[in-house]
Amino acid sequence: MTTYLLRRLLALLPVMLVVVTIVFFLIHLIPGDPVAVILGPEANAEQIEAARRELGLDRPLPEQLVRFYTRLLRGDLGRSYFLDRPVTTALWERAEPTLVLMASALFVAVLIGVPSGIVAGAYPGSGWDRVLMTLALLGVCIPGFWLSLNFIYLFSVRLGWLPVAGYASVFSDPVAAFRYMLLPAVSLGFSQSALIARIARSCMIEVLRQDYIRTARAKGLAERSVIYLHAFRNALVPVVTVIGITMAILIGGAVVTEIVFNIPGLGRLIISAILRRDYPVVQGVVLLTAAAYMLINLVVDMVYAFIDPRIRYV
Amino acid sequence: MADGVAVNERAAAAAGPSAATDAARTRLVRRLLSNRNVVIGGSVFLLLVLVALLADALSPYNPTRLYPGQRLRPPSLQNLLGTDEFGRDIASLVLHGSRVSLLVGGVTMILTSVGGVVIGLIAGYYRRLDVVVMRVMDGLMAFPAILLAIALMAARGPGVWNVIISLSVVYLPRTAMLIRSTALSVRELDYVLAAQALGRGGLAIAFRHILPNCLGPLLVRGTFIFAYAVLAEAILGFLGVGVPPYVPSWGNVIASGKNVIREAFWVSAFPGVALTLAGLSLNLLGDGLRDTLDPRLRME
Repeated sequence: MTTYLLRRLLALLPVMLVVVTIVFFLIHLIPGDPVAVILGPEANAEQIEAARRELGLDRPLPEQLVRFYTRLLRGDLGRSYFLDRPVTTALWERAEPTLVLMASALFVAVLIGVPSGIVAGAYPGSGWDRVLMTLALLGVCIPGFWLSLNFIYLFSVRLGWLPVAGYASVFSDPVAAFRYMLLPAVSLGFSQSALIARIARSCMIEVLRQDYIRTARAKGLAERSVIYLHAFRNALVPVVTVIGITMAILIGGAVVTEIVFNIPGLGRLIISAILRRDYPVVQGVVLLTAAAYMLINLVVDMVYAFIDPRIRYV
Repeated sequence: MADGVAVNERAAAAAGPSAATDAARTRLVRRLLSNRNVVIGGSVFLLLVLVALLADALSPYNPTRLYPGQRLRPPSLQNLLGTDEFGRDIASLVLHGSRVSLLVGGVTMILTSVGGVVIGLIAGYYRRLDVVVMRVMDGLMAFPAILLAIALMAARGPGVWNVIISLSVVYLPRTAMLIRSTALSVRELDYVLAAQALGRGGLAIAFRHILPNCLGPLLVRGTFIFAYAVLAEAILGFLGVGVPPYVPSWGNVIASGKNVIREAFWVSAFPGVALTLAGLSLNLLGDGLRDTLDPRLRME
């Protein structure tokens, strides 16, 4: 297991190098003079020159790249132009809402997805299967951000049960936090639950074809215990990885959901940074999410290798 | 075996016009038309294409013209789907919005397919380039898709072509990987060895003999990329980093509907229905094509 982990970590190094390089070149993708774009039309030549020196953009490209790497290794993502603080501080401040949102959405996704998939897969072709899989198809196709708006209209504007938008920290006011987080978590989790349900269903069908299930039935076990004791546990193995993949997809979904519900997380940070042309913050958020994405994928592979040791030797 | 038949048909379909390929093609078309998902998804999608083409003729109003006296009118006989905060007719906006969606989806599908084929075949056939190219693809895939698109839009600024290019960069790697893995498995087959023995060059083998075997999976993949791109375009528009706000697009209209959701739900509701319908048709079509063309990938 340790060698497998080390091998996977080593394999990540070149990927990280590519990721950092892509993020570095983002600022060079700005059409024309990036500094002029960043400072806006009011800046004079002197200010532009000063900013260019400060950003290191007057140096040759390879030198800039090497500097970018070394700065990153020291954990330095630069300073935000607008927020007047290091980017790392800004990221740290905005991480909590995004993490809470992701965790709650994941909870909702698993809560809906796993049981629906298992039931649909246990009785394929039944009425339940059709209803659940139609819902799952809708869940895949209905855009999450639009679903959120409909939820806001129904539950907040019409029924007045929940606040329209906003955020409260779980640590200071758990009740308000729950009320604010309910709609975002459900709308973000619903589309992910569809993916989980589809996979869980096909795993369940696959498992029910196995010989040991036939044995279990042959020895006279009730269908109920065949499904819930024998099949369910084995079908869960691939579902665990899907839950990991879901978590990775949730990073992107959380960004959009935050905009709909005015949640002050990383998503709102990057969107407002784009509007203010605060590129170090844009780079910081993108790097952080990419790192999180890679880490989650690594953990998923580790969990999978732990559950199914055959993976380690491939 | 169904697999073998499909491969043979595809190989035959690529060999050039002849009586045998005509028969194979007819059989393939018949099989596609007997798949319910292909028929339903395909029909709805064709309807959308038709709507996009005829948007000018179908729209009762000019979608970009502002009618300040008719702000936020609920759906009525004059404005079937109501009006937005500037008095624009939602029905006309939704009809015209389909153009941006289909343009972005279609061109992204083409660009990712062409780029994916070139990169995938080169990587799959020239082993020395493989390592470098695939590391770059790994790097691109290490970003959450929508965040990479947002970042690229941040650098390039709003615009239809920037949306298309950003989304193509985001969705290209997976297509390249797909083509590469197909190429890797096909290149060991006897008929490729035969072509090598006949003295065919590497590129000719890659494009004439390996590519036809990738077409089925490529079409399936392309259909799903179309669906992702339509959705992603709407998300970028909604976030305010997609096509410019004055261009009628579903994402932009939903974004403006967000601000008036208390008084006028119809502004965001109807473009969202259109978006869902587009996604549904493409997902059905993709599922159906996968079941027909690529039975190995079938979901139970």
